[in-house]
Amino acid sequence: MVLATWVIVLIVVGVIALLIVGLYNSLIRLKNQVKNSFAQIDVQLKRRNDLIPNLVNTVKGYMTHERETLENITKARAAVMKATTPEGKAKASNMLSDTLKSLFAVSENYPDLKANQNFLQLQEEITGTENKIAYSRQHYNDIVMVFNTKIQFFPNNVIAGSLGFKEEKSFEATAEERKNVEVKF
Amino acid sequence: MRITFNEIRRNNVQTWFLIFLFFLLISLFGLAVGVYIGDVFLGLIITTLVGIIYTLVVFSTGDKMIMSISGAKPVTKREYPYLYHTVEGLAVAAGLPTPKCYVINDSALNAFATGKKPESASIAVTTGLLEKMNRQELEGVIAHEMSHIKNNDIRVMMLAAVLVGVILLLSQFLLRSFLWGGKGSSKRENNKGTIILILIGLALAILAPFISELIKLSISRKREYMADASGAILTRYPAGLASALRKIAKDPDPLVDNANKATAHLFISTPFRMKKNNKSSLFSTHPPIDERIKRLEEM
Repeated sequence: MVLATWVIVLIVVGVIALLIVGLYNSLIRLKNQVKNSFAQIDVQLKRRNDLIPNLVNTVKGYMTHERETLENITKARAAVMKATTPEGKAKASNMLSDTLKSLFAVSENYPDLKANQNFLQLQEEITGTENKIAYSRQHYNDIVMVFNTKIQFFPNNVIAGSLGFKEEKSFEATAEERKNVEVKF
Repeated sequence: MRITFNEIRRNNVQTWFLIFLFFLLISLFGLAVGVYIGDVFLGLIITTLVGIIYTLVVFSTGDKMIMSISGAKPVTKREYPYLYHTVEGLAVAAGLPTPKCYVINDSALNAFATGKKPESASIAVTTGLLEKMNRQELEGVIAHEMSHIKNNDIRVMMLAAVLVGVILLLSQFLLRSFLWGGKGSSKRENNKGTIILILIGLALAILAPFISELIKLSISRKREYMADASGAILTRYPAGLASALRKIAKDPDPLVDNANKATAHLFISTPFRMKKNNKSSLFSTHPPIDERIKRLEEM
């Protein structure tokens, strides 16, 4: 009888230990995904920053009246590089997106520039990268949501807390992104 | 996330089911061939071996086979930056490596994805699609294909295309040899059992294409709705795909020159000419496009 009780206790303890190990491993996997998807945002931000000097140089010769726009872009680019916190970076990055958008808007007034193959290529490349920045943020948010949901569930919340897992923060959608969804055809 | 997980599990089950069914049909063919050559056992062994080798070949090069059947050419980022940026963006959104891009030189508006796993997938689009879609619409279409990749629809659909394709070929071959090849039949005529087997083989040869078609169709229609929905989740913009589908529906020439019955289910929209009443029947590979647009608009 004593032996049987011990066997049962051992089995129960073993099963609980296995469940905890399983939870721990899946949380580690998710946490690494969160980290990786966050790094992906930086990759795209860096890519855009690398493209901008090229763009400014190409545009300079044509846009003699838009000095201010170009200066704003250079400033915003520097701000993205300087920013250290994720929030600061996101804010600077959104500012840079806005300045780039206004540059591409005024470029419509310069037919010579619009005919420049190099400019068109850079515009396509930057627009593509802008999209990738947005998508990499979205992917980060998706993963963070999965992670947070997992550690908030009972009884995961008790165990995850004592294993040292904390909720991750997701990006807020910018005003611009929210507007995008309402576009009608 | 949960939906994706269920989709993947269902797809794994269907992959095995397809392979099982393929071998079942193949061995029935083997039986028929065996009866025809006078040695059932030998017939079975030959067709099973051929089946195994073919399945292995399909697993390693099925995507390239489909691409070359469809007349799709691999393209570089330098040649098609617009396409590549869109595909890269949605790969980032789905958390997947960028698939290889192919272009089909065809004015029809169509696209498909294939591959044996999400990490090594390929996407093909027609030149017509690249010319006529704006950025949001192209994103919608690519997001639909990216969902096929992420849910691992591509493997089942690839297997269905190449395994079912070969069954179609085989049954035609068998049918013809039954109809036209009558040499040395005196030996078997006295055996009633043999005649019955020949009849079964003949019936099979006629039925097999129907069976395989039905399997392929049941697999693909559910998937299209699913991929529309999860594509919309990827872009967060269902109107993009809805507008793309509307353009596709209005396209007067939906025929993709190099599409055939074995690959039709891969495409985002049916690559054949539409009949006047395009109702969802048992034999259509795609749900009616109006219904797909309606569901996207309701999101």
